[in-house]
Amino acid sequence: MDDLLQRQALDRLRDDQALVPHESAHKHVTGRAEYIDDMAEPAGTLHAYLGLSAHAHAQIVGLDLSAVEAAPGVVGVVTSADIPGRNDISPAGIGDDPLFCVDRTSYHGQPLFAVVGRTRDAVRRAARLAKVAYRALPHRLTALDALENGGNVVAPGMVIASGDAGQALARAPHTLAGRMTIGGQEHFYLEGQVSLAIPGEDGEMLLHTATQHPSDTQEVVARVLGLEANGVRVHVRRLGGGFGGKETQGTLFGAVAAVAARKFGRAVKCRPDRDDDMVITGKRHDFVVDYRLGFDEAGRIEALDAVFNARCGHSEDLSRGVTDRALMHADNAYFFPAMRVESKLLRTNTVSNTAFRGYGGPQGILAAERIIEEIAYALGRDTLDIRKINLYDGADRNTTPYGQEVHDNIMARIVAELEASSDYRRRREEILAFNRSSEFVRRGIALVPVKYGISFSKKLMNQGAALLNLYRDGSVHLNHGGTEMGQGLHTKVAQVVAHELNIALRRIRVTPTATDKVPNASPTAGSLGTDLNGMAALDAARTLKRRLVAFAVETFRVHEEQVSFEFEAVRAGSQLVAWPDFVEMAYAARVPLSATGFYKTPHIHWDRKSGRGSPYLYFTYGASCSEVAVDTLTGEYKVLRTDILQDVGRSINRDIDIGQIEGGFIQGMGWLTTEELWWDKEGRLRTHAPSTYKIPVASDRPRVFNVALAEWSVNPAPTVRNSKATGEPPIMLAISVFEALGMAAASVAGYRFASRLDSPATPERVLMAMERLKREARAAG
Amino acid sequence: MALRDHTRFFLNDAYVELADVPARRTVLEWIRQDLALCGTKEGCAEGDCGACTVLVGRIDPAGDLVYRSVNACITFVASLDGAHLVTVEGISSDAELHPVQQSMVDNHASQCGFCTPGIVMSLYADWLDNPMPSVADVERNLQGNLCRCTGYQPILRAAQSIADYGDAADERLNTGRAAMRDKLLALRDRDRVVTGTGASLAILPRGADDLAEVLLEMPEATIVSGATDIGVWVTKFLREPSVMVFLSHVDDLDGIIVEGDSLVIGARTSYSSAEAAITRHLPQLSELWSRIGGRQVRNAGTIGGNIANGSPIGDTPPPLIALGATLTLRRGGERRQVPLEDFFIDYGRQDRLPGEFIESVTVPLPQAGEHFAAYKVSKRLDEDISSVLGAFRLRLEDGLVSDIAIAYGGMAGTPKRARQMEAVLIAKPWTRATVDSAAQALPFDFSPLSDWRASSEYRMIAAQNLLVRFWAEMQGMPARIGELAYG
Repeated sequence: MDDLLQRQALDRLRDDQALVPHESAHKHVTGRAEYIDDMAEPAGTLHAYLGLSAHAHAQIVGLDLSAVEAAPGVVGVVTSADIPGRNDISPAGIGDDPLFCVDRTSYHGQPLFAVVGRTRDAVRRAARLAKVAYRALPHRLTALDALENGGNVVAPGMVIASGDAGQALARAPHTLAGRMTIGGQEHFYLEGQVSLAIPGEDGEMLLHTATQHPSDTQEVVARVLGLEANGVRVHVRRLGGGFGGKETQGTLFGAVAAVAARKFGRAVKCRPDRDDDMVITGKRHDFVVDYRLGFDEAGRIEALDAVFNARCGHSEDLSRGVTDRALMHADNAYFFPAMRVESKLLRTNTVSNTAFRGYGGPQGILAAERIIEEIAYALGRDTLDIRKINLYDGADRNTTPYGQEVHDNIMARIVAELEASSDYRRRREEILAFNRSSEFVRRGIALVPVKYGISFSKKLMNQGAALLNLYRDGSVHLNHGGTEMGQGLHTKVAQVVAHELNIALRRIRVTPTATDKVPNASPTAGSLGTDLNGMAALDAARTLKRRLVAFAVETFRVHEEQVSFEFEAVRAGSQLVAWPDFVEMAYAARVPLSATGFYKTPHIHWDRKSGRGSPYLYFTYGASCSEVAVDTLTGEYKVLRTDILQDVGRSINRDIDIGQIEGGFIQGMGWLTTEELWWDKEGRLRTHAPSTYKIPVASDRPRVFNVALAEWSVNPAPTVRNSKATGEPPIMLAISVFEALGMAAASVAGYRFASRLDSPATPERVLMAMERLKREARAAG
Repeated sequence: MALRDHTRFFLNDAYVELADVPARRTVLEWIRQDLALCGTKEGCAEGDCGACTVLVGRIDPAGDLVYRSVNACITFVASLDGAHLVTVEGISSDAELHPVQQSMVDNHASQCGFCTPGIVMSLYADWLDNPMPSVADVERNLQGNLCRCTGYQPILRAAQSIADYGDAADERLNTGRAAMRDKLLALRDRDRVVTGTGASLAILPRGADDLAEVLLEMPEATIVSGATDIGVWVTKFLREPSVMVFLSHVDDLDGIIVEGDSLVIGARTSYSSAEAAITRHLPQLSELWSRIGGRQVRNAGTIGGNIANGSPIGDTPPPLIALGATLTLRRGGERRQVPLEDFFIDYGRQDRLPGEFIESVTVPLPQAGEHFAAYKVSKRLDEDISSVLGAFRLRLEDGLVSDIAIAYGGMAGTPKRARQMEAVLIAKPWTRATVDSAAQALPFDFSPLSDWRASSEYRMIAAQNLLVRFWAEMQGMPARIGELAYG
């Protein structure tokens, strides 16, 4: 009994202090955490492999699969003719993204067919035996290429306008214009795309798939199979990373497995090789931003007029939301008295770009920081000074260009605290001195704020639901619409429920996300997993508590106020009943012990047509300061130190939040430095595996890396336990590295010109920028 | 001569005998598909992400049982004959986490968990004989392990805290090492091993003489040692070599000896095995050495393989060419010497006859008064393929350049000397002006390609500037970011 009490006390302590490890950590480290490719395959499981187009844009004039079908181990093939429903896997069901292309390929690597057989090895080999005849058509690979050749778009763009940017530009004391190229990014989730489809009775299909959006997968697979939604169940225990790459991009593999399972009446698994995964699935959008900027003598922004040209790929996918968010973050943390920003969603013969952690926000904010850099170098000022005088502040400088007020503005405090804790001013002086005396190695430093809006701009998606089952022994089965992809969502939601019921966390088991347990769930995206699902789970827990209170009132003949949930026990008047006993009593009294919970985000609205509204429930604020060293002979660099201060409201799990910040920062750094997507002239992606596509490794971390939370911050918005979202904002903290590289590069021309680095700032881009700056300096004399 | 028709090794605690595994079957496919040991993950199937990291213990030429981390995705089952394979399932029981694992849990070092078993195995491998690693040790150890979630920071913390959870001396692989060594020695029958089927034959010769014999019989056979390249031919290009000759038992091609003023490096010597000798005799190469692949690749890949595959972007040929290395090639009982720079004829063409193999490479060491350096430039610092690699050896007499050898990788279809650049330098004073004019000659030596690693223009400028770096370092000027200490 003493042991039990002690254990309970410890459990409680751990919960209270939020020192809770990831719910699967012990399984991760032993290899016992099960991913889809690890599941025991049903007897007779077949494997499907995709045959891909070898042209970026071409008429298909012949498709001969006889050699494929005759290959050893092959059971058959699946083509568009085998699709019982619609040949359309677009998330919105608008018919622009076929499962198998029929007459025309629209990117290099687009699936033409699938081959199905007894082993994955056999079908991989067989898929290469197809004889396809093409008639090549002209292809457009980049946003500019598309813009200059008719400007075909996948969807209408958006305009956000406030004030009269044209007039303000004409009046501004200083104006300048420029262009910035912002690279895309491959998600590089460590677990590749994978689906296992198991056919059931009456045409039903059970799909185990690695997706961030089970209900979209359900809808798409039902559409392809010609079923109603209730004919498809999608189950997701965990993902080996998602980052947006499994929001819509996994449905293809699920649909292929399902169509094949339907055709052959057997379970079918579809798991592409890493190279095919990278070739077939969409990435972060790359942009070309053309801007005209006006500012005053003091460096205050007066106006911005910019066009954001996005490479969307061959279909719409999520490009609307992504490019909208880019425009809605083109202010970053700064007040723009006049702004006109416009997006162009250019259609190209490349893979359809998609969601990626930050969802357009990073590109918008990177462009905003280019603006700051332009002003600072034009006026010969420290970039931090220009940042600070342009921050949102006060009553008349706190409205975003789209009309939302920035109420809980804590940015100035965050920046000031980080400026002090990172010792920015002293270090910058020291770096300037160092650069004067060092011929080959140069250093740079930058401190960058990041404001990020939380909520889906599509209002209907801002809802969450949960299911809570309480068993007679007091154990809890928790299910909600969010997916676990490493971010610790299940851990946090379980903590919320344990806290609300005041029971030990170990009593709660979070079960796989399942469309037949919680229907119509929104994707786990937009950093909103905990905000939506945590609130829904809380609602379910409160429903159960209400019933339990009513039961206690009746049974123990006490008033409602006399019933309280103490740790692992319920008090009713003078009686204290241990939690399992109390639940057993409630069961015996026929109290329903299962409850659903629901949440919808209040106070948000958005009108895309007018580019106005108040789309975000709240903003998160953070800042980072990075110092780099650059080798001016080769452009190679090293991040010497990074300090981060991030607002997460009142943290539900500090370690998980810090993990999101550290991991997001490094992922963002990869986007801005070594992660380069490279297509050849034929439209073939040549960086399609880790041998050619370089995400950060351990030694790329800043040599000194200090991460702190703004412990004083409490979210004034009504979120779960006043926490704030943490998933996406840290990506953008890495912009300080990019800006520091810009300063180091600018040193080769005495800081007379902005270095105007494009991203990703590979060693090559850094070297070439320095070569250009030296030429400009020579030309200017 | 005795032939054995099955492969024998240990997997965790179990003895395994296999007769019917195709030569191209990888360890990863075998453990996951045939044995349902699914803790080891496939992240890339090309040896670049480390999610499939396992340990392979082998008896080294000195007779010690040495465990090294390798990528299971590009390791062939047939090559395991006589070895001890350890997977993540082998390091802990259901009841209790291993100290490495507990430290990972307590430091929040896993998020999605997919890379985690591989990271656990890499940390475990290092911890066996390095229980208190420095940050630099951990970073070097993890070069071949990608994590997309954590940003590595908590993994570093975990790696440096393992000692709080247990003593490496008490670790099973350490306490059981002598017993396992005996078991593996007992498997050494010195038979030639021939397994697989007619279409996919694996041959493990007993030693170099046997290898020479096998290759005379089957000159078209594919020689496989670390398989860091050939593994990828199989997993990515889906090639099906009909005969694969594995060097697992050709111990007499392994090791480094000092012969006069030269190092003689056996062709099968892995980068890791060579590390100590390189650090001692060619310290100028130690930084480059630690940037070849990731640790798993250095544990498997061999110097002979790096040369024999003829890649224009291999990391060892340029410095070895600059040092004036010579290859010893053997065919049957015949041997010949070829200067390394002449071995590379053209892209994809080497001076190797059918049935011939590289026995060793003889590397003259820089002599007193000689300056030597090699610089690798890549998009990512660690575990990346060179965009450009420049190697420089120079002798000065009375301030004039009396001898010069410059070799580049990544600038042409083969690793190659920069003869025009050398010609400008020879007999000139070693000044910045000379260096600048020599750099101007480089476009007469090379017209590099543009590809995803670098553009032609960048390769040229960086290659020219590496000569400037060589000069600057000789003047004692700081010219490398790696040297910039930060406090």
